[in-house]
Amino acid sequence: MQTGNTLILIGGSAGSMPVLFQILEGLPAEITSTIVIVLHRQKNVISEFANILTKHAGNKRIIEPEDKQLILPGNIYLAPQNYHLLIEHDFTFSLDYSELVNYSRPSIDVTFESAAQVFKNSITGIVLSGANSDGASGLSTIISQGGKALVQDPASAEYPMMPERALQQNPLATHLSPHKIVRLIAWLNT
Amino acid sequence: MKPEPELSLQDVEDIVEVIHSNFGYDFKGYARASLQRRMLRVMDTLNIKTAGQLQDFLLGTDCAFNYFLEHITVNVTEMFRDPEFYKIIRSTVIPILASYPIIKIWHAGCSTGEEVFSMAILLHEAGLLQRSRIYGTDVNHVNIEKAKQGILPLEVMKDYTHNYMQSGGVHDFATYYSARYKQVIIDKKLRSNLIFAQHNLVADQVFNEFQLIFCRNVLIYFNKELQNKVVKLFYDSLAPLGYLALGSKETMHYTPVKHDFATVDKEKIYRRIK
Ligand SMILES: C[S@@+](CC[C@H](N)C(=O)[O-])C[C@H]1O[C@@H](n2cnc3c(N)ncnc32)[C@H](O)[C@@H]1O
Repeated sequence: MQTGNTLILIGGSAGSMPVLFQILEGLPAEITSTIVIVLHRQKNVISEFANILTKHAGNKRIIEPEDKQLILPGNIYLAPQNYHLLIEHDFTFSLDYSELVNYSRPSIDVTFESAAQVFKNSITGIVLSGANSDGASGLSTIISQGGKALVQDPASAEYPMMPERALQQNPLATHLSPHKIVRLIAWLNT
Repeated sequence: MKPEPELSLQDVEDIVEVIHSNFGYDFKGYARASLQRRMLRVMDTLNIKTAGQLQDFLLGTDCAFNYFLEHITVNVTEMFRDPEFYKIIRSTVIPILASYPIIKIWHAGCSTGEEVFSMAILLHEAGLLQRSRIYGTDVNHVNIEKAKQGILPLEVMKDYTHNYMQSGGVHDFATYYSARYKQVIIDKKLRSNLIFAQHNLVADQVFNEFQLIFCRNVLIYFNKELQNKVVKLFYDSLAPLGYLALGSKETMHYTPVKHDFATVDKEKIYRRIK
């Protein structure tokens, strides 16, 4: 597997926070990949969410990108509340205030699908706990572009539906315990 | 599962070209990732599978392109979206506007008017609506027709009331509309000084001078070059010391005219200083 300049996409919904915290805590001091996190959050809750994540990431800054911001390796990005997060071919983010997808905005599928077209096979997409089916189609696109698809072991998930749907739709995806996901992501960044 | 329509980036370029040469609308400056999603969405609803079929559709009948234009733009909007933003408009911008004998405001890319109605309420509460002229423009004429009617679905009013209160509104929001069956109509006195018209930010020019311009969640659909051009159009349309309000994730950071503006608030409110 190639390391460096890879894109790691993490999609989570209900019950994903503990795993996400572990992932961030397990990262080395300097990371080599780009990490993009797409989380379903309650609408209109002004959340200090990025700050909370930053605390768990050993004070690495979690960036909520603005429109047309350049995507840089070594950074961790969090999809802003209430927009879909897309990736352009010039490696910039663009935001999209369009209809909910899978009852969600940001939608995991939307980011995964658009990222896969740009980063092709240098993507690892990960679907964590959640109570809907967002992320399943996104993983399919990642796999079709030659990227890697990981899913949290449904048995380990507080809400197994999202991992289950992702695995049903993607027999080629690998399911891993949270512990193994944490180790793999740390390894991808060394 | 039905097969998904396919559309490569090159297909998107081809369609953009076909549209420009046949219908005169220029989508070249639109950010590709969302344009591609929108085209795929149109294809999906029309059960079109390939770029070739989409071209055939567009060139096939007279009304096809109109249909396309109505559905290619993202029209999602809300009243009092981002309550914190409206709080600043209320506390910081409106007191300055109050010093002008005639207040002129432009909402560029106003979709179906929700943002314009929100501003009308703020001006009404400040006692300024009578001497205000608020222009709402959009490229999509269906949006403009809806905005002129001022009719909204009843089901969204609960959210809008919540937004309104969070933005610092203290009046009874229900007095601003009347409900009929599953719809509401915005009060006529709020709408009397609103002017809705079609205007294309890509091709059309300055049409008036304003003390405040809103352009929220429109620039995100444009690439940097088109963003620059449109921000320049706003600069040229602003009175000295006029305000420009962008969407919460939009930035002037990449535009050359950024030095002609000062940041008023982190809610993406800028002021023309040169
Ligand atoms: C997401 S809506 C934003 C509505 C509102 N400003 C808000 O923030 O809630 C984007 C709007 O931009 C309009 N738009 C897109 N391209 C345009 C153009 N070239 N000129 C004018 N309006 C345009 C669309 O028709 C749509 O109504």
